[in-house]
Amino acid sequence: MEFFLVQSLNGVSYGLLLFMLSSGLTLVFSLMGVLNFAHASFYMLGAYLAFQVSTRIGFWPALVAAPILVGAIGMLVERFGLRRVHKHGHVAELLFTFGLAYLIEEAVHLIWGRAALDYRVPAELDGPLFQIMGSQYPIYRGFMMLVSVAMLVSIWLALTRTRIGLVIQAALSHPQTVEALGHNVPRVFMLVFGGGAALAGLAGVIGGNAFVTDPGMAASVGPIIFVIVVVGGMGSLAGAFVASLLIGCMQTFAVSLDWSLGGISIAQAAPMLPYLLMVLLLIFRPKGLMGTREG
Amino acid sequence: MKYAPLNLGRWILWSGAALVFLIAPHLFSGGFALTMLTQMGTLILFALSYNMLLGQGGMLSFGHAVYSGLGAYVTVHVLNLMGKGSFYLPVPLLPLVGGLAGLFFGVLFGYVTTKRAGTTFALISLGIGEMVFACARMFPGFFGGEAGISTNRVVGQPFLGLTFGPALQVYYLVAVWCFLGMAAMFALTQTPLGRMANAVRDNPERAEFVGYNTQHVRFLQLVLSSFFAGVSGALSCINFEIVSEENVSAIRSGGVLLATFIGGVPFFFGPILGAIVFVFFVVALSGFTKAWLLYLGLFFVLMVVYAPGGIASLILMQLPVMRAGRWRELAAPYALAALAGVVALAGLIGLVEMVYRLSEQGASTVLTVLGLSFDARATAPWIVFGAVLAAGLAALRAATRLVGERWGMIQLDLQAKAAP
Repeated sequence: MEFFLVQSLNGVSYGLLLFMLSSGLTLVFSLMGVLNFAHASFYMLGAYLAFQVSTRIGFWPALVAAPILVGAIGMLVERFGLRRVHKHGHVAELLFTFGLAYLIEEAVHLIWGRAALDYRVPAELDGPLFQIMGSQYPIYRGFMMLVSVAMLVSIWLALTRTRIGLVIQAALSHPQTVEALGHNVPRVFMLVFGGGAALAGLAGVIGGNAFVTDPGMAASVGPIIFVIVVVGGMGSLAGAFVASLLIGCMQTFAVSLDWSLGGISIAQAAPMLPYLLMVLLLIFRPKGLMGTREG
Repeated sequence: MKYAPLNLGRWILWSGAALVFLIAPHLFSGGFALTMLTQMGTLILFALSYNMLLGQGGMLSFGHAVYSGLGAYVTVHVLNLMGKGSFYLPVPLLPLVGGLAGLFFGVLFGYVTTKRAGTTFALISLGIGEMVFACARMFPGFFGGEAGISTNRVVGQPFLGLTFGPALQVYYLVAVWCFLGMAAMFALTQTPLGRMANAVRDNPERAEFVGYNTQHVRFLQLVLSSFFAGVSGALSCINFEIVSEENVSAIRSGGVLLATFIGGVPFFFGPILGAIVFVFFVVALSGFTKAWLLYLGLFFVLMVVYAPGGIASLILMQLPVMRAGRWRELAAPYALAALAGVVALAGLIGLVEMVYRLSEQGASTVLTVLGLSFDARATAPWIVFGAVLAAGLAALRAATRLVGERWGMIQLDLQAKAAP
């Protein structure tokens, strides 16, 4: 029972982190039709910049500064890169972000080297939060959940209660009408792309020290968040939320269970499970969990 | 399509290609050149098979290495069984084994991936690729773990006196298969299936209305493409005598995408150019600098932004101008642009290499260029290279504007002539 409780909490905190990543990806995709292949690279940049800032000033400034920096980089990428490729269609945009992912990874190699960074949880968040039947639950996990939930609530409020949020929502479905009403839709695109990048950066700040900060972190998280987007249904935020929690819990439980099937333990099979889930879902429900469009 | 009894141009082109394959190892002699040529042959086949998806079928795949890699794995196991004397198969027929393995996995995975098109297809192919890569970690018996599976290509009786021990014999084996594959894939573009793949790429809705099942067309195209990918995998297995998990990795899948796109997706021969350039980048450049992947990525991004038709389109664009005899007007602006590009590149390379020297532990921070030594920790070289880069970029901007003006004028004249 205690095992189940602790693992569920771990799974939910990992799932929420995944949702921070996949929500930005989904928003950008549904608004611009662009699947940002470099999204996980922004996650990595967030972690690296947070390390850089936190060694100079401290963790708390980094928590604010790193996402803002990553968001600014994202806006520059949209303004001077993506917008130029836009006229060549979605495949060109996807390829552009694919190339960008290469560039960011190589830039990280060049600037910070190939080894993992010593990006640690700050001392005030290091330690047990509470004990359940003898096993400790770390404060930092709780902090991660707190940040994720706070961020999700603020996004939801921003999208539904503010003027710019309403413009974004309107631009999702009727960009021409929004433009005709006098709003600068390309600027909305830039803001959303930058916002998505900033979300990924924030996820990097709190995920980088909880897991690992190395040049391979983008390549290891990237495919998972794409799977989440497919499993949840392309462009569905609610679907991405369910899929993130599902895959977060699935991964956490799989790693810690020591059952085995035909000589292969579940823990060994863990890296494969999300993809297997995706394949099964595509066979039986091609539009994804909550997707509305097929094809 | 018009009826042509003898397409002379095509015959000349293909005989020329065969001739190039034949004499290339004698033009560029030396072991290093031969290694590069063999890799080029393998990658040409792989990139062409990739373009059957991206160029002809409109399917952007991020997991094409699955088919070549699994083809290579099956080949390496067959080769090892032959080494044990379990059965005999002439080595030149091994690529067929790889191809059939690729075909088999194409049927298996293609059933899932081709259910969807567009962006979703891209994501699913990525997922399948990651799944197979995760499998490689899970089943060390078949995939050989991190070390991979090594083999020996010299097995059994020599085939027509060929043992395939010497690298030159391997080159010719690759060349023959590459040429056959090129011809077969070109022939496929002329078949009804090839044409339907184009139709499904351009307008799936209309293809459905004509009565074709688009999913079925995509599936067939993917299956055939994975056959050729498998052949190229088998060739790389014979060449390197080792197959490891890197063969099915996202790095390979990304590599073939880069090669194909750089060459030119809209043209059949584009991937051939791309494969040659790519191997040059990987094999030649990686010996000089650790940042070669950065340069390759930068080159790719620039191609995506400025020349989405790849190198092939840049070459083909010149043909009408040359035919009109007006290329001479463009030569000077082109030379200027090239010069400015070289200057900008020099500045960029200087900056990148200095960054790398500072971050890499244990690397010397002193660089030597043209007999001039300087320390990357000093400020002066940063200012110099930054200025060179800025000057190069500014000159490049002016030069490309000049090229654009001349180009626009010539195009207007040509159009005026074409439509009297």
